[in-house]
Amino acid sequence: MSDLTKLTLAGALDGMAKGEFSSVELTQAHIEACTAGKKLNAFITDTHDLAREQAAASDARRAKGEAGLLEGAPLGVKDLFCTEGVRTTACSKILGEFTPPYESSVTANMKADGMVMLGKLNLDEFAMGSSNETSAYGPVINPWRKGTDLVPGGSSGGSASAVAADMCLGATATDTGGSIRQPASFTGTVGIKPTYGRCSRWGTVAFASSLDQAGPIAKTVEDAAILLESMAGYDPKDSTSLNADVPRWRDSVGQSVKGLRIGIPKEYTIDGMPAEIQSLWDQGVEWMKEAGAEIVPITLPHTKYALPAYYIVAPAEASSNLARYDGMRYGLRVDGDNLDDTYEKTRAAGFGAEVQRRIMIGTYVLSAGYYDAYYLRAQKVRTRIVEDFKTAWESCDAILTPTCPSAAFPVGRKVNDPITMYLNDIFTVTTNLAGLPGISVPAGLDKDGLPLGLQIIGRALDEDTVFKAAGALEKAAGFTAKPETWWI
Amino acid sequence: MFTAERIADKKDWIQGETGDWEIILGLEVHAQVASNSKLFSRAATEYGAEPNTQVSLVDAGMPGMLPVINKYCVEQAVRTGLGLNAQINLFSRFDRKNYFYVDLPQGYQISQFEYPIVGEGEIDVLPIDADGHPGEVVTVGIERLHLEQDAGKSVHDLSPDETYVDLNRSGVALMEIVSKPDMRSPEEASAYVEKLRGIVRALGTCDGDMEKGNLRADVNVSVRRPGGELGTRCEIKNVNSMRFIRQAINYEARRQIEIIEAGGTIDQETRLFDSVKGETRSMRSKEDAHDYRYFPDPDLLPLKLEQSFVDGIKASLPEMPDARKARFMAEYSLPEYDARILTADKVKADFFESVAKGRDAKIASNWTMGELFGALNKSGAELSDSPVSADMLGGLIDRIADKTISGKIAKAVFEKMFAGEGSADDIIEKDGLKQVTDMGAIEKLVDDALAANPAQVEKAKENPKLLGFFVGQVMKASQGKANPQAVNEILRRKLNS
Repeated sequence: MSDLTKLTLAGALDGMAKGEFSSVELTQAHIEACTAGKKLNAFITDTHDLAREQAAASDARRAKGEAGLLEGAPLGVKDLFCTEGVRTTACSKILGEFTPPYESSVTANMKADGMVMLGKLNLDEFAMGSSNETSAYGPVINPWRKGTDLVPGGSSGGSASAVAADMCLGATATDTGGSIRQPASFTGTVGIKPTYGRCSRWGTVAFASSLDQAGPIAKTVEDAAILLESMAGYDPKDSTSLNADVPRWRDSVGQSVKGLRIGIPKEYTIDGMPAEIQSLWDQGVEWMKEAGAEIVPITLPHTKYALPAYYIVAPAEASSNLARYDGMRYGLRVDGDNLDDTYEKTRAAGFGAEVQRRIMIGTYVLSAGYYDAYYLRAQKVRTRIVEDFKTAWESCDAILTPTCPSAAFPVGRKVNDPITMYLNDIFTVTTNLAGLPGISVPAGLDKDGLPLGLQIIGRALDEDTVFKAAGALEKAAGFTAKPETWWI
Repeated sequence: MFTAERIADKKDWIQGETGDWEIILGLEVHAQVASNSKLFSRAATEYGAEPNTQVSLVDAGMPGMLPVINKYCVEQAVRTGLGLNAQINLFSRFDRKNYFYVDLPQGYQISQFEYPIVGEGEIDVLPIDADGHPGEVVTVGIERLHLEQDAGKSVHDLSPDETYVDLNRSGVALMEIVSKPDMRSPEEASAYVEKLRGIVRALGTCDGDMEKGNLRADVNVSVRRPGGELGTRCEIKNVNSMRFIRQAINYEARRQIEIIEAGGTIDQETRLFDSVKGETRSMRSKEDAHDYRYFPDPDLLPLKLEQSFVDGIKASLPEMPDARKARFMAEYSLPEYDARILTADKVKADFFESVAKGRDAKIASNWTMGELFGALNKSGAELSDSPVSADMLGGLIDRIADKTISGKIAKAVFEKMFAGEGSADDIIEKDGLKQVTDMGAIEKLVDDALAANPAQVEKAKENPKLLGFFVGQVMKASQGKANPQAVNEILRRKLNS
């Protein structure tokens, strides 16, 4: 029975549709995998009883012929999505045992489509981090290993690790600067951040509102397409939600890329990037060419300003978004001598070092006298980056880049070096700043046998092309490597 | 930067120890939008509900909750802007004003900082002095009007060491209307607020209820030598009646003058008005002022309006107080005073117009402003709660017009109507107050009176001024019901013969 966890989401849905196994059986196999995988610390809240109930209910629905898009599929939910009646922490002490009386729009969509929820997944505190080491619930361990424990990337480290270790068929994640794509790259999984506004932000704990976007981490490009189709959709409760049709993206996967113009931005070659990442990228170019795509050199001249601009805009918004965690209405409260003292003690005890750092940076860049020099300037850079892409789309239909400048690194190596840590996002932040869809596809292994991903970026609302190109890349790369199951 | 070119009327100058001073005033008025739901949530806004019963997840600042703009509130802001003869900005934007307080669940207030929905406008106001005499019309510039969320309410007096918070008000839509520093006297300032209140009431965009805090003013006060350099201003927060506005300004201006004349300087600060002591006191200094770190709210898109949307609202605007006043003077031939008082408030003006319909307008105005407003004033009731409706008052006036009762009797009838004893006709019927117009009956009463006072008859023949004595006698005998004109006529005829 345990090989049910080796299935892809598409395969599992197919198997249930054919009556080869039930959701109860499929869910039980994954619950066992989750239990066996505790060492990875991917799940911080298990909802196994709930999952069994949901699976039984799903089987009953299927028996009546009412199968939804995700019917009976056991999945994981990043603990940034509010889940009704299930503790939601954002992996911060400040939320304490906060249990929302409401369900995020994204998970509500998935529930309506028949999702079985195995539990809530670990993440960097408030999604601020690139290694899942800032979590108040401890770091997540990457199932891929090289002598020592490696980080799974972040902030969606729990999601990536759980999918890579076959503990769930797929997981929700969020991406503010690369938090879906970098962990996907580090764990040999597929992760897509859709166009900003595709997935409702309602009920998802906010980090940086203008950049936050939900998306899935999955085993295959097709699985990612299925999951995103369920997660996405217009939501009048989110003013930035896009009122656009949600196509059946899985149909795009496997379509020919013949004649598709793939842009290669010269600015994504950076100093100090490992040679094997450059050569994987070159390999990707060859693959796309062989698949019939046309390769176009392009320029995105403001790329080098993207990371600094991101690390102004994101903390600025975060400093304001996190003001509501004040110990007054829910979550942690440390009483002080007076109101200000209570605020200070509560927030000092509730927020970890990285979150405090970003709140302080954000507060600083919005302060009187600094606003123009930092925040306003960063917004101007953002406009330039949007224009860069606009110009690029005149000559190409999708862009191919590496996802990250490195493979997974050991736990503890960069956690005290924020600048090095922030550099992880260098290839991913641009799409957040421009609101574009970006997907990471596992494309090869480095010399240490660790997975590396390539990224496809598309036009706004053109996930079709992104999935098409990603499917071609996946097929050409033929990435089938799996980590050894050392944690069991 | 503000400039203040107009110099105050000399009568409004304040004499100090070292010479004359004038007051420079600018107001920020917060008007609660008359909307059933909040600016960014669907929670209700009803006044006086049980604490924390009108709070949505958004208003409570729960994790992951997002604001969605209430279109109705946007329409009301545009209506108000049009009523203020102001520029409507087709592009505006919501910004976050960041600060921590217990009654601010999100840790920021959503407001409009850089791009308000309404830009510059102006209104004419007529200051009225303490004796009720109107002064010169003053044009007050409107700097802007923007939409913002109200905060919740902190309750400090339920417990000695705890603060309770009621979030019912959290997220309620406010229009902040900022004037230019164009007022020069307490009377001008209160007339301005009165005018604003009249406008928002006429438009129906705010109920203007100052007691409930639905309209409240922050008053910026500074003093200078007449026409001289502008002084440092102090802002007096949340003044909630016309009288308090005048009191607060008077106190504050004199306080500032005293300090300057004693060689001191004014600290820019926020002050509170203590209505019990009639004084202002410091709330926080400029040094303690928050750095609000305004930035565009990333949860909301910029507010973009179509010109057709604005035009649609423009086409549906009701008659504004100034236009109505002019019409009352022209159409009803009312004196300026009557027209001004009646049109200052839509409810009053509407009331008057229904009383006046098909009746003598001046008599309608006299009864409305004299008897009714007087009685309401005495009883402390609002016109909207008046026990005498416009129809009832009209019915009373009709009985005077058709001579069923005299004006004097009518006043007695009015009192009974006001006390809830029914319509004029009911009371006239019940109390048998119908005026005697039967000439024969009156002549009989006159003859009786003349016969009973032969000595007075002789005197009256010499001195017609004594006619009044007999009028009194006759009226008394008729229990006031005799038509006084008829009595006079008959008496005059008989005494002259």
